[in-house]
Amino acid sequence: MDTLLEPFQFAFFRYGIVVATLAGGLCGLVGIYVVLRGMSYIGHGLSHAIFGGAAASAVINVNFYLGAGVWGLASALMIGRVTRRRVIGSDAAIGVITTASFALGLVLFGAFGVARKSVDAVLFGSILGVTAGDVWVVLAVTVGAAAMVFFRYRALLFTTFDPEVADVSGVNTARTDALLMLMLAVSILATMKVIGVVLIAAMLVIPPVTARMLTNSFARMLWLSVGIGAACGLVGMYLSYHLDVSSGATIVLVGAVVFGLTFAMSGPRALSRAARHTVSAPVMEP
Amino acid sequence: MKIERATCAYAGVPVVVNADLEVSPGDFTGIVGPSGSGKTTLLRAVLGTVQPVAGTVRRRRGLAVGYVPQLETVDWNFPVTVSEAVLMARTKGRVLPWASPGERHEARTVLERLGIADLGRRHLRELSGGQLQRVFIARALLRQPQLLLLDEPTSGVDVRTRHDVLHLLADLNAEGLAVVLTTHDLNGIAAHLPHLVCLNTEVIGEGAPADVLTPEILQRTYGAPMEVLQHGGMPVVVDRSGSTDNVIRMRRGTA
Repeated sequence: MDTLLEPFQFAFFRYGIVVATLAGGLCGLVGIYVVLRGMSYIGHGLSHAIFGGAAASAVINVNFYLGAGVWGLASALMIGRVTRRRVIGSDAAIGVITTASFALGLVLFGAFGVARKSVDAVLFGSILGVTAGDVWVVLAVTVGAAAMVFFRYRALLFTTFDPEVADVSGVNTARTDALLMLMLAVSILATMKVIGVVLIAAMLVIPPVTARMLTNSFARMLWLSVGIGAACGLVGMYLSYHLDVSSGATIVLVGAVVFGLTFAMSGPRALSRAARHTVSAPVMEP
Repeated sequence: MKIERATCAYAGVPVVVNADLEVSPGDFTGIVGPSGSGKTTLLRAVLGTVQPVAGTVRRRRGLAVGYVPQLETVDWNFPVTVSEAVLMARTKGRVLPWASPGERHEARTVLERLGIADLGRRHLRELSGGQLQRVFIARALLRQPQLLLLDEPTSGVDVRTRHDVLHLLADLNAEGLAVVLTTHDLNGIAAHLPHLVCLNTEVIGEGAPADVLTPEILQRTYGAPMEVLQHGGMPVVVDRSGSTDNVIRMRRGTA
């Protein structure tokens, strides 16, 4: 019992486990829309782009959230600008801009002699860097995202399911899309310290896909995804302390185990339910 | 609602040119034409999601429009039940995520009217094509529209479903709802409608099926020779050049 409670005597662990649980739940919440809209690659790309901003903030000694946030926003705008030219697809634009930003981050860290351990912490998440301030930031972002989903539930669902009909039914789809992108960018920023830029994309996908295997109802999927994400964050952070490995990697591995177990218990039919999201609907034949 | 000399374009390429279309209360109009003829674009101009680069679209102030998209564009695996899908139409007036008792009653009334009240808890994937079409018509009706627009409502469905959907639309039209649909099905759908618009980038002909389903208009609309026979007082269109025998003979050089 003492071994189980031992880590709680350290303030950094108490902060870390609260942040990891909130971050897991937040990723589960935002990830629902990311998965159902087929935006997984945007989540992956944005987290990598923000790495460049994190490096630049460290080098010029600017607040991490401010520097990385502005950088992430600039990357998102640049992706939109390149895509509008129509010569380059959005996936290719994301690939070029975000990977270049990620590479720039590595160069900046290398050129200005930032310790390897600090770079690893940004890439894979670390429990040690979590402060009381981070707890408040993640809590504020989680409450903000939950409030947005609560009060914009119908608009978000309709725009995700059927954007064209939502538009003609009076939903401001452009504003809803922009709010979702903002929520995604801010969530990545807030959870980056614990989960790490390389692994955030996995936490945006695993909880909602696992939840999808368990239900056909959007409302239930929402609750399940948040619950699975939060549980993975809690258990993963706890294991991370005891195994003395990166928190992001442990949280993602716990998520992968939950996904595997859900698949094993619910069968291939449930998996196909989750996987079919990337496959177009069949054409009905007589 | 009236469209006058409307030209719609995507990336500078005109898709619909100088099109006129007028829809009055109680009308039932079908827009027919080949793939790429601008049917969906004209429907979207009526809907307001496509703005013409020239010409005008006049809509009566406060006109409530319901829209039913092509079934092929719907994600059948999206995690929503029939009730959740229908209640999506209720986006105004309530910010809470869950439906009020009044909204539930309203949704149930519409589902009952369309004969699918017992499917409320089912997932979309578990429905047949006809049932799915009714779900999206129910969603559109929940907005209490005066004009219902449907994009290829019978595309890819079987004959019985086609009959069911056509009868349902006729019933709704008889209750006063104006209906405009696009279709490529000349015999199964178009010939049964009271009013047709033949479109191939521009409007080729407009009127009752007996007036527009003629070899000359069909040739200009589809770019292929077609015969029109009469069966039970209704026109039946026969594709003259597209018969398999002819095509095979032409390819073998024996025609």
